[in-house]
Amino acid sequence: MLKIDALQFSYRSNKKILDKIKFDVTKGECVAILGNNGAGKSTMLKCLNKIMSPQKGTVSVNGIDLLKLSRLEIAKNTAYVAQKNEGNQITVYDAILLGRKPYIKISPTKRDYEIVEDIIEGLNLEELSLRYIDELSGGELQKVMIARALAQEPKVLLLDEPTSCLDLKNQLEVLKLIQEITKEKQIAVVIVIHDLNLALRYCDRFLFLKDNSIYCYGGIDVMTPENIGAVYQVPVAVESYHNQRVVIPLT
Amino acid sequence: MNSIKNTACREDYNHYVKRKVLVIIILAMMTLVVALYALCSGSADIPVIEVVKALLGLGTEKSVIVTVGIRLPRVIMAIISGIGLAMAGCIMQSILKNPLASASTLGISQGAAFGAAIAITYLGAGQIMSNTSGAVAISNPYLTTICAFIGAMIVTFVILGLSKYRNVTPETMILAGVALSSLFSGATALLQYFSSDVQMAAIVFWTFGDLGRVSMKEIGVVTFVTGLSFIYFIFNRWNYNALESGEHTATGLGVNVPKVRLLGMTIASVSAATIVSFVGIINFIGLIAPHIMRRFVGNDYRFLLPSSAIMGALLLLVSDTFARMIISPVILPIGAITSFLGAPLFLYLIFKGVGQNAKN
Repeated sequence: MLKIDALQFSYRSNKKILDKIKFDVTKGECVAILGNNGAGKSTMLKCLNKIMSPQKGTVSVNGIDLLKLSRLEIAKNTAYVAQKNEGNQITVYDAILLGRKPYIKISPTKRDYEIVEDIIEGLNLEELSLRYIDELSGGELQKVMIARALAQEPKVLLLDEPTSCLDLKNQLEVLKLIQEITKEKQIAVVIVIHDLNLALRYCDRFLFLKDNSIYCYGGIDVMTPENIGAVYQVPVAVESYHNQRVVIPLT
Repeated sequence: MNSIKNTACREDYNHYVKRKVLVIIILAMMTLVVALYALCSGSADIPVIEVVKALLGLGTEKSVIVTVGIRLPRVIMAIISGIGLAMAGCIMQSILKNPLASASTLGISQGAAFGAAIAITYLGAGQIMSNTSGAVAISNPYLTTICAFIGAMIVTFVILGLSKYRNVTPETMILAGVALSSLFSGATALLQYFSSDVQMAAIVFWTFGDLGRVSMKEIGVVTFVTGLSFIYFIFNRWNYNALESGEHTATGLGVNVPKVRLLGMTIASVSAATIVSFVGIINFIGLIAPHIMRRFVGNDYRFLLPSSAIMGALLLLVSDTFARMIISPVILPIGAITSFLGAPLFLYLIFKGVGQNAKN
């Protein structure tokens, strides 16, 4: 469904931040992007919907190269949730309605409102719908941002560290929600995530970035102590606990 | 079950929207009432009924001259200028993500003042003459207005040019504005230092701001520019809402962020420059009106833009009426009055937190 091929990005002409990035994601699948700080994870995510324009390569959704589409068309195919979300004095309802922005010509239509209300109901946000988003807790705000992204009715959902500011309960809740949405809506999801154990628990495939290119990409079988040790330069063990794989640092 | 929940959710939301619209309607009505009061009051008090008759062309000769000939242009100019300055301030604050952004912070007003000072000192617009109310008037207002506009536009284009050169970020724009503001204030001060007493008086008089300078023809120009800007901004209200969520999120929502910023800044600056060139420097309206309305309607530009615009009109109209009435027949400088009345009001709002529960 989502195919990335020969993607290359650099801020200046010489230094390549990303090189020869090639992978694909099928629908209903959640891919974790893993790697050290500065490996280019967030940059890669932003290249996938042209928030940053890659110099080379293609990002195609169902065979159509997104990078050749207009910004509005890209926004109808992909939705992006930023790492840091700015609280603002608009209501939760309006924040989610903003997700319909790519479709709104002059004013929202009846269908736009219906989509927003279905999402509010689906994510149990009814109680919050008229609260200003700058009054929400971190977990609530993150859910609203995911709700906004869903209002875009994307085929591909891009999430940049969606759990980085959340407590354990909210981390699990938000990732569970993302996992359910991925399966239910049959969309392709790409998540930049630091926590390897959360990635193991909620993601289907794993992509390691190292030295500006893909170190390895695959299913659970790539989550080996060797690969993780090589990418993060920390010795680890990967054990099974109650049928759940866990990564344990050995330092 | 879903549809029942959705209906309840929609009803609550519709109710919320209606309250915001009601705020705008109340503001508009208050502005109309103050406008009518401004038309009635002055050195010659005219009853409301006479004013209405005069507006309909049925009044006595005296009431028509005073109301339609003298007071109406002033009232209309206050409304249009208030709308334009507040709207420009609102958009600049959004685009630059800076609560202090306005035509004066960015140096546009200072550019206009410098242009006017050039016209007065070097282009012969500097002789002053007494007008009917005992104040001074500049002998060649057209030349002064044109030079003021050129000054304001030079600042605008330098800011935009610099920003384009070093990528359009809010920080570069506001920093360039602060630098230019300082540069043109200094240049105007130097011109004043080397000018004659008469010229200096004329420069100071121009910078005071005066809503009574304009004729209906000039009001037409300002209305046209302000009207077009208003339509453009309202058309882009969803883009400004998206920008509030951050640059990357806005881009992800399909907004061409550099284009929206550049066009928004250009149009807001041209609109403010036009007004300032005609009426002189009017401080604080562009800054305070959006801030007041943010407290009542939040940051949703669907409501914030029209309500800030009307609040700007109301504030300027109240200030001008106050300036005319307080020691009538002397008309106090409007620029000083907006600052004088606006600053305490602003401080009160900041510290009292009015409207914290406005949405409830």
